[in-house]
Amino acid sequence: MSRQYVIRKILIMIPSLLGISLVLFTVLAMAPGDPFEELATNPAVPPEVRAALRAKFGLDDPVWTRYLHWLAAMLQGDWGFSFVSRMDVDKLILQRLPVTLIVIGSSQIIAILVALPVGVLAATRPYSLFDQVANTLAFVGFSLPTFFTGLLFILVFSIQLDWLPFVYRANIDATGWQFYWEHIKQSIMPVMVLGLFQGASLVRFVRSSVLDVIKLDYVTTARSKGIGERKVITKHVVRNALIPVVTLVALQLPIVFGGAIVTEQIFRVPGIGSLLISAMLANDTPVVMAVTFVIACLVVFFNLLADIIYGWLDPRISYR
Amino acid sequence: MAEPLLDIRGLKTWFKTDDGMVRAVDGVDLHIDRGETLGVVGESGCGKTVTARSVLKLIDMPPGRFEAGQILWQGRDLIPLDDAEMNKIRAREIAIIFQEPMTSLNPVYTVGDQIAEVIELHQKLSRKQAMVGAADMLKLVNIPNPERRVHDYPHQFSGGMRQRVMIAMALSCQPKLLIADEPTTALDVTIQAQILELMQEMKERFGMAIMLITHAMGVVAETTQRVVVMYAGKVVEEASVEALFGDPRHPYTQGLIRSIPRVDRSAGRQARLESIPGTVPSLLDPPPGCRFAARCRYVMPACTQAIPPLKEVAPGHKVACIL
Repeated sequence: MSRQYVIRKILIMIPSLLGISLVLFTVLAMAPGDPFEELATNPAVPPEVRAALRAKFGLDDPVWTRYLHWLAAMLQGDWGFSFVSRMDVDKLILQRLPVTLIVIGSSQIIAILVALPVGVLAATRPYSLFDQVANTLAFVGFSLPTFFTGLLFILVFSIQLDWLPFVYRANIDATGWQFYWEHIKQSIMPVMVLGLFQGASLVRFVRSSVLDVIKLDYVTTARSKGIGERKVITKHVVRNALIPVVTLVALQLPIVFGGAIVTEQIFRVPGIGSLLISAMLANDTPVVMAVTFVIACLVVFFNLLADIIYGWLDPRISYR
Repeated sequence: MAEPLLDIRGLKTWFKTDDGMVRAVDGVDLHIDRGETLGVVGESGCGKTVTARSVLKLIDMPPGRFEAGQILWQGRDLIPLDDAEMNKIRAREIAIIFQEPMTSLNPVYTVGDQIAEVIELHQKLSRKQAMVGAADMLKLVNIPNPERRVHDYPHQFSGGMRQRVMIAMALSCQPKLLIADEPTTALDVTIQAQILELMQEMKERFGMAIMLITHAMGVVAETTQRVVVMYAGKVVEEASVEALFGDPRHPYTQGLIRSIPRVDRSAGRQARLESIPGTVPSLLDPPPGCRFAARCRYVMPACTQAIPPLKEVAPGHKVACIL
């Protein structure tokens, strides 16, 4: 893979992110409500004070000047100030982001680690018992929305069996192994709920992708070389079949973040999703803007990663 | 007489479909001697490719299955062998090249990688040595700059060059038999001649036998010594190339030969290219009797009664026709 390909892909990120931030900012600026709305119903605050505050924070300026201000500040590392939480937005986000990344990251990794072998195995034995069982389970898995499986898991594992806690606590008063064990225990359910949903659709996608490739001429060529069936599959089929799978994983990432917001609410995970929802309810525009922008950055970044993997898997792409 | 290199006896390869059993290959007998070039001709869907792939057991099972017959490779039947034993024969003793050079190579590996894979496996060499071997093979099939080209991907080669790569890959372990399944059909005419010439050259160099599957009678006349004509899953005529073109006995063979375009004969006259009317019968529940009967200009009532057996009409010349 050529270095130019990677550099080109990285450069494309810049206009994408600028465009996304402009759209986000404009939409949020047009949305009704601002952080000082509550002051309007507070008889202790005279309207003049409210107007002065608005003017001080530049809320009466035209949208584009406000956007440029925001952009300039952001590039200098100033993400704004949360009026509701009374702290800097970047601190607020850094507090919440690791939890979300760990939950989403591990659910994605588990989904991929399970779905790949299951999908490949099902495709190499089409209509076998294994294939039928895998297919049925996958169908059930992606038919159930995360809020349903989440509640079901809580009902079974927390309430009936009492194995796992159903409220995620950020402040665990334990040290050493105990601390990590508690964290793992409370992460199991949110990770499983997200992983199940992702893994289920991946299984079906991997299976059909492998089935498409396994019929191609070069697979017959590979078989005619006398290399074992296992190597034919792992070397000549899987790599080609992964190309569309990488696209799917990258494309589904925004959906994963959406699903994570719902799941965080169910399990009370103090992640970026619950921060976004509470910020929206409180009209905390700087936080909403920052969180959506961070999610957008993550999505763009993982798309870049997908593009790079894509170029590595398929030399025809990076050579263009 | 010496034992033939490959001896296919009464091979039946059938495919199970939703509509019933498709008898793609239905009792084929043919043999290839060491170092000879056997042509297998017939129109699309007559079972040539299935016969070729049956030899290397590259048929997907299911839906395919060997219903009867033997495939004797140097006297040893290949049909009961398992995959591990077949893998010792594939590429090392019998190699195959396919019709579509554009899709027969894996797009995500370099051609050197794909050739070296075979060498590494069968000659027990290191990857580095195998890559040197791959470059040597590319040189052998007249690809310019072989040391550099081994690191190129298939999409950087033209169709004719890819078929050369396929030949290089197939010959890298010096097999005793090369099965060429319509190797020139997808290529344009000038490239076709080059590829056939290359195969001839390689044959002389390595002394292997070639099973050349084609539907082009011109290719057969130029490159083979003996010809087997197939029709609807069966062998209808087998003869030396001289006997086949000089004295074709089966009406189907006669039709095939008449359908070769001839520039000299049509000059001056408004000669139309002859074709054989009708199409190959369905191999799903084929009609009783001779399968060519419906298209035959000499058809008689007896033709639809029983399948005529392949019988010897002259030394080495066999025909399945009651005429």
